[in-house]
Amino acid sequence: MRHYEVTFIVDPVLSGDEVKSTAEHYQKQLKDHGASITAVDEMGLTQLAYQIKRRSSGVYYCIEFATESAEWLGELELGMKRDERLLRFLTVKLDKYGVKYNDDKRNGRIGKKKEAAAAEAAPAPEVIDLDKDKAPAAATEAPNEDEAED
Amino acid sequence: MAASREDVKFLSNPKIGLKRKKYCRFRKFGIKYIDYKDTDFLLQFINEQGKLLPRRITGNSLKFQRRVATAVKRARHLGLLPFIGDMLK
Repeated sequence: MRHYEVTFIVDPVLSGDEVKSTAEHYQKQLKDHGASITAVDEMGLTQLAYQIKRRSSGVYYCIEFATESAEWLGELELGMKRDERLLRFLTVKLDKYGVKYNDDKRNGRIGKKKEAAAAEAAPAPEVIDLDKDKAPAAATEAPNEDEAED
Repeated sequence: MAASREDVKFLSNPKIGLKRKKYCRFRKFGIKYIDYKDTDFLLQFINEQGKLLPRRITGNSLKFQRRVATAVKRARHLGLLPFIGDMLK
């Protein structure tokens, strides 16, 4: 099995549905060629670093797939080159580390560690606060119980 | 009475002028794959004009410098990084 990753930029002038159908069109083409799609990453509308075909922004899509033979890849790229809905595309072969990296990234083990830690840290004080709220309440309840016992 | 090393007070920081040894961060931290879509990471290897920094400055090993270069070039192709920039940082 060989792993590949194709990233392409869709023209932002198209309507949202058209953009989605473009992405689905290529997913379907990949499947027709017998590739198994590992993941589709919608990176969304992003500002380009420089103008491409007079557009200053684009919708990024990244499809990771695995296939036994890739003889049809040139054909696919030719189709992409002729497609006016795409601004640009790039197909990359992934080595085993690349596959692992993408897998880790999807499971939130890379890069988002800080964010995840921050997310964990953020609710944590709330929990502590709740405990604090409960603690005085328990303290006030405790004497009552004592009185009840008396 | 010769003063022992700890008693000596330096007028300036004696570590000034000493060169810190450069290292390849990919080797050191075991990074095996450089993602061309991770722009924030790649920004560490280019200067303000968007040019690749030399190995002399980044301290990368040759193997990983080559990989950084390809990743930056791929990012440029996809419009994630500029070919020519100004005040990138």
